[in-house]
Amino acid sequence: MAMFILRRLAVAIPTLLALIVLSFLLMHMAPGGPFTQERALPPQVLANLNAKYGLDDPLWRQIWNYVHGIVVHFDFGPSFVYPDRTVNQLIAAGFPVTLTYGTLAFAAAVIVGVTLGTIAAIRHNTWLDYLAVGVSIGAQVLPNFVMAPLLVLVLTLWMGWLPGGGWSFSDPSFWIMPVIALSTSYMASIARITRSSMLEVLGGNHIRTARAKGMPERRVILRHALRPAMLPVISYLGPVFVSMITGSVVIDIYFSTGGIGKAFVDSALNRDYAVMMGVTILVGALTILFNLLVDILYAWIDPRIRY
Amino acid sequence: MTKLFAPTALIVALSLPAHAVQPAEGETLADSQTYTYWLLDAIKSLDPAKNTDVEGSDVLRQLFEGLMNEDATGAMVPGVAETHQESEDGLTYTFTLRDAKWSNGDPVTAGDFVYAWRRVVNPDTASEYAWFLELMNVANATRIIAGELPPDQLGVRAIDDRTLEVTLSTRTPYFLKTLSHATTFPVPQAVVERLGDAWTQPGNLVGNGAFVLESHNLGVDITLAKNPEYWDAANVALDTVRGVTVNDNNVALTRYLAGELDRVQIPAGQYPRLSQDYPDQAVSIPYACSYAYVFNLSDKGPEALKDVRVRQALSLGLNRDIIVDQVLQGGQKPAYSWTHWAIEGFQSPDADIAGMTQPERTEKAAALLAEAGYGPDSPLALTLQYNTDENHKKLAIAAQQFWKPLGVNITLNNVEWKVHTDRMQSQDFDMARYAWCADYNEASPFLDWFRTDGYNSGKWSNAEYDALMAHSKTAPDTAPLYKRAEEILAEEVPAVFVYHYAKVDMLNPAIKGIPTQNVTNSWYAKGLYRIAE
Repeated sequence: MAMFILRRLAVAIPTLLALIVLSFLLMHMAPGGPFTQERALPPQVLANLNAKYGLDDPLWRQIWNYVHGIVVHFDFGPSFVYPDRTVNQLIAAGFPVTLTYGTLAFAAAVIVGVTLGTIAAIRHNTWLDYLAVGVSIGAQVLPNFVMAPLLVLVLTLWMGWLPGGGWSFSDPSFWIMPVIALSTSYMASIARITRSSMLEVLGGNHIRTARAKGMPERRVILRHALRPAMLPVISYLGPVFVSMITGSVVIDIYFSTGGIGKAFVDSALNRDYAVMMGVTILVGALTILFNLLVDILYAWIDPRIRY
Repeated sequence: MTKLFAPTALIVALSLPAHAVQPAEGETLADSQTYTYWLLDAIKSLDPAKNTDVEGSDVLRQLFEGLMNEDATGAMVPGVAETHQESEDGLTYTFTLRDAKWSNGDPVTAGDFVYAWRRVVNPDTASEYAWFLELMNVANATRIIAGELPPDQLGVRAIDDRTLEVTLSTRTPYFLKTLSHATTFPVPQAVVERLGDAWTQPGNLVGNGAFVLESHNLGVDITLAKNPEYWDAANVALDTVRGVTVNDNNVALTRYLAGELDRVQIPAGQYPRLSQDYPDQAVSIPYACSYAYVFNLSDKGPEALKDVRVRQALSLGLNRDIIVDQVLQGGQKPAYSWTHWAIEGFQSPDADIAGMTQPERTEKAAALLAEAGYGPDSPLALTLQYNTDENHKKLAIAAQQFWKPLGVNITLNNVEWKVHTDRMQSQDFDMARYAWCADYNEASPFLDWFRTDGYNSGKWSNAEYDALMAHSKTAPDTAPLYKRAEEILAEEVPAVFVYHYAKVDMLNPAIKGIPTQNVTNSWYAKGLYRIAE
């Protein structure tokens, strides 16, 4: 197991390097640059800007300086579009926000989704099943960019219960709408995956044996059915967790949370190379990490899996 | 006209003391003096030298004060400069500064302005707005930006702590109008030098405006509190000014209706409904920006557009009334000139097109196209490029439909903003959507665009036009020159002018003092107050 983890971590380094180089090149291939604007800058002003940010160096040197800065100083450079801030500062300000609402939304999606899916499977083809399936299909087809403004309309304007947007770490009333809007469609997917996987497991021989031995139904479900049924759910959850905690542009736009989801999309549109690279690396590193965690969880849940 | 300007401003300076915020007859001030307004996006920088956008300027105008301010109509009134004198040749301006303080209690000196302006042109600062000092014609700005002269050679010096002298490279009639621009604001040298890029963080930022920075959560909100050190603090009513970022205009409107915001832009197309439902809240104010479809007349542009009859026909065939009345619906006006109609002293050109009915225009357009060899039987194919935006798309589709019966087949080309800009600047388009706003209330920011050496992405060039614009820089009366320039644009049609902007907002009736006459839409929170409802 330890060897397996070490091996995976060793592969992660060249993977990240390849990610950096590829993203860097792709970004520089896109037309326009951080200082391309409606009012074209006089050439001398543009030259001064390019010199300040090192954009006048050859590409290989830019990449080298960039990687060097990260490895030696853990410095992701200055933002080109937010000149008062560095990329480290921008991520330090935005990531805790998305991490907070993303983790809460993830927890909500898993708890509600797994419960719904399990109930639907146990009560297969009853009204409870149809209700659970109906709810999850409804949640799936209602995209969050529709749901977010609806939530503001109902909970802020009509009911006056919650602030219509913004963010505060000390006031959970700001967290509720982002969590609902972000979790619903994931919740629906989790419910559907749980249901079908559960149905498959419930038809298995070991369940029939357990029931035949007179084991209480509760124990059959929780111990013998749910655990193996979770395997496909968990492989789905790894990447989902990363994408939830690194933010959703839709949530950030509609609720003005200041999270990094919007910062990421903006940085691509603004050609804010440094911010885009910073967030790409963050997402890449987290993806690698959580895929590894999923594999470890697999082995823990299913004793047949050994690395 | 322009010659009169300096003495007029001087008289204003001497006769009007600081204008006090006073509730009108029958109004009582609310207990809570707060004003919360909407921001579309995050504020990119709070450094006057590095700010590039409108949202940033709106905040900087409260945190700092330049030599001049704008009043509710857009006229220049004294800011830090109590009075000023212009030399005979118009090349030297001498400002006498008032007894003002920074928010840390230090005096605001002429040296602070000198430091700030040198900082803007210093290549090490890499200010994106360094060109603004070139526009102001401050002596040596261009050569300092190019690195040919050291920043201390800039034409600005402190004669003493209270006297600032500015030397211009050429007579500049609009010079005073540039002095309310955020790029010209003073910055506190000691603070900037001590803290570097971090000097604009809350807790660090020291300003000389009516408000100080209390907090700034990037992309969430920014809060300003009244500055007790401000020289006119006794007349500032508001205690708190908050800018709240809401990236979606419709959600922002919902939050306005829920009472979270005092001012918000009305999303396109909703003005008629809202002005009916909330007649005392929906306002439409002329805004000095113009919208156009620019023709590519460079060598890389299509041959057909080099025929002036084709360009005239496209302009005639575009039904601006439908665009304004049916699509935009917010008090915008059809454009038959490049300069916005509400610009101070602007006289509309005598263009035939403005006086015709649309059927007459369409008929003439068909005739012109036929002369040029095009029509429904021999159609002309062109592309119209616009950047991703729901409204640009609606307008482009409308234009496509207006031109189609004339035998002009338009392919719509939707690209993201940076690609759009990049292609326009490298003349890689047939027709492209464009909009331009005036930095100050005058026609030249618009008209300079079409000079051969102007931004002019379509590369139209006309010797008479260039001569007129060159002459206008020193002429005593610019109005007839600008009018003639617009007439040339109307004849030559380097672009189809589509509409003149209006700023269409929902405004809480409890907030008083919002300027509705200033076409540049500059506002000062020190002039606002909230009345009890």
